[in-house]
Amino acid sequence: MSSDSLVSSSTAPTASAQNARAGRDARTDTIFRTVVTIAGWFVLITLLGAAFSMLWGGREAFSTFGWQFLTSTEWDPVNHKFGAFVPIYGTLVTALIAMLIAVPVSFGIAIFLTEVAPNWMRGPVAAAIELLAGIPSIIYGMWGLFVFVPFMAEHVIPWLNANLGQWPVIGALFRGPPLGMGMLTAGIVLAIMVIPFVSSVMRDVFLTVPVRLKESAYALGGTTWEVVWDIVLPFTRSAVIGGVFLGLGRALGETMAVTFVLGNSHLLSASLLQPGNSIAATIANEFTEADSDIYLSSLIALGFLLFVVTFIVLAIAKLMLKRLAMREGN
Amino acid sequence: MSALSEKLYARRRFKNAVALSLSFAATVFGLFWLVWILWTAFSNGVAALKPSLFTQMTPPPGSDGGLLNAFFGSLMMSLLAVVIGTPIGIAAGTYLAEYARKSAIGETIRFVNDILLSAPSIVLGLFVYTLVVRQMGHFSGLAGGIALALIILPVVVRTTDEMLQLVPSQMREAALSLGVPQWKVTVQVLYRSAMSGILTGVLLGLARISGETAPLLFTALNNQYWSSDMLQPMASVPVVIFQYAMSPYDSWHSLAWAGAFMVTVFVLLLSLVSRAIILRKKVHND
Repeated sequence: MSSDSLVSSSTAPTASAQNARAGRDARTDTIFRTVVTIAGWFVLITLLGAAFSMLWGGREAFSTFGWQFLTSTEWDPVNHKFGAFVPIYGTLVTALIAMLIAVPVSFGIAIFLTEVAPNWMRGPVAAAIELLAGIPSIIYGMWGLFVFVPFMAEHVIPWLNANLGQWPVIGALFRGPPLGMGMLTAGIVLAIMVIPFVSSVMRDVFLTVPVRLKESAYALGGTTWEVVWDIVLPFTRSAVIGGVFLGLGRALGETMAVTFVLGNSHLLSASLLQPGNSIAATIANEFTEADSDIYLSSLIALGFLLFVVTFIVLAIAKLMLKRLAMREGN
Repeated sequence: MSALSEKLYARRRFKNAVALSLSFAATVFGLFWLVWILWTAFSNGVAALKPSLFTQMTPPPGSDGGLLNAFFGSLMMSLLAVVIGTPIGIAAGTYLAEYARKSAIGETIRFVNDILLSAPSIVLGLFVYTLVVRQMGHFSGLAGGIALALIILPVVVRTTDEMLQLVPSQMREAALSLGVPQWKVTVQVLYRSAMSGILTGVLLGLARISGETAPLLFTALNNQYWSSDMLQPMASVPVVIFQYAMSPYDSWHSLAWAGAFMVTVFVLLLSLVSRAIILRKKVHND
C-alpha cells in the first residue's frame, strides 16, 4: 500500500481506497457469517436447553421417587407423593383413540383428494381440511367443553352404555355415568385436530407416485381401489408411516383442547367414559397451584417425559418421511 | 369359467365402490367437524360481541366488563415475539440455506428445527419458565413474549431456508461476479427475491401464536388490571378465555366466546392474507 502511493500519486488514493474497501467488505462478510452461524446454532441450543432445563427442574422428583415416579398411581399434593402413571396412561390412551380414528379417516380423505374427487373440487376441499389445522386449540377446547361434552353425555354415552357396555371383556371400557368428559371425548377431539396434519402428508406423498406406475396398473384392468392399495400405498409406505407418527407427536403433546374435555381426575379408571388426565393437561391445570418445590419439580419432570416421548416419535416421523424423499432423489 | 370370472369381476367392482364411498364419507366427516366448530365459534361469538369489549377491563367474577387489557397484552407479547423471533429466524434460515446447505451440521439443525416446529408448545413454556421466570422471581410479559418467540422461530427458519433455496443460483453468481461481497448479495439480492415467502412465514408464525395458551400460563400468567409494564404479569386473550370458560359464571362465558371469536377471525384472516401473498407471487412469476 505504501509503495503504491510512492509510485504514482494520481492512482494511489483510489488503489488504497479500493483496498480499504475490500478489507471492509471482508470484515463485514466475516461478521455476517458469524452472526448467521450463531443464529443457526441458537436453534440447536434451544432444543438442548429445553431438554436440560427440564431434566434439571425435574431432578428433585426423579431422585425422590426414582422409577416409582413412572409406575405409581398416587398423586397427592397434600402428602407430597407424586406418581405419574395416571397422566402417562391418559396421554397414551387418548393419543391411541385419536390415531385409531384419524388414520383411516385421513387415508380416506387423501384417497378422495388424489383419486376420486373431480379436479375442480380438490383445491377447495384440501384448503378447507387444512383450515382445521389453523383453528387454535383453545377454540377446540371451548367447543369441546360447551358443545361436544353435552352432546356426548346426552346422545353417545347412553347408547354406548346400553350396547357396547353389555359386551363381555371390552364392556368395561364403555360403562360409566354419562358425564361427557373423559378419555373417549378427548380422543375424538384430538382425532379431529390431527386429521388435517396426517391427511395433508398422505395427500402430498400420494401425489409423488409416478403417473406411469399408476397408469400401468390401470391398463392391466385394476380398479381405483386396487391401484391405491397395491401400487400407491406400497410405494409411499414409509412416508405414510411418517405422517402417522407426525400426527401421533401432535396428539401426545396437545394441551388446551384436552385440558378442557378430559376432566382432570387423578383416579385410574378402566372405563373410557370416566374423567382422566394427561401429562400436558396436568401441567396446564396445576402448574400455578404448585405450592411446594417437590410438586413443581414433579410437574417439570412430567414435562421432561413428554418432551422425550414426542422427540422420539417426531424423530421417527422425520426419518420415515426422509426415506421416501431419498428414493425420489434417486 | 366365464361365470366365475364374471363373479370375481363383480366382487372387485363392489369392493372398489365401497372403498371409494368410504373415502368420500371420510372427507364429509372431516368437513362436518370444521363446519360444526366454526359455526359454534361464530354464532356464540357474534352474540357476545359488544362495544364495551374494547373499552373495559376484564371484570371480577360475575360482573360485566371487556377484554381491553387482554387484547393489549396479546398485542404487546406478539409484537415482542415477532421482534425477537423474526431476525433470529431469518439469520438462522440464511445460515442453513447459504452457508450450511449440504453440510452435516446444516442437516442436524434442519432436523432439530423440524422437531421444534411440531414439539408441544407447553414444553417451550416450561423451558422459558426455568430460564426467565425463575431467574426474575416472578411472571412477566417479557417471559411470555420470549416463549412466543420460540414458537415463531422454527416457522421463520424453515420458510427462510426454503425460500432462499428456491432463489436460482445464477442470481448469486451474477451478483458475486460483479465483485459484490457475499453479505451484500444475501441482503440486497437474495432477501429481496425471497421477501414475500419470508413474510408469509412470519404471518403463519403470528397466526400460530395468536391462539397459543399453554406456554403463556407459566410465563406471562394473567393480570386482571391494565398493565403496560412488560416486567409484570400480563393478561392475554387466550389465557383469559381459558380462565373464563372454565369458570361457572355466564357473563364470563360470554366474554370467553367473544374472545374466541376475535382470535378465530384474526387467525383465519392471517391465513387468507398469507395465501393471497403466495398466490400473487405465483402469478407474478408465471
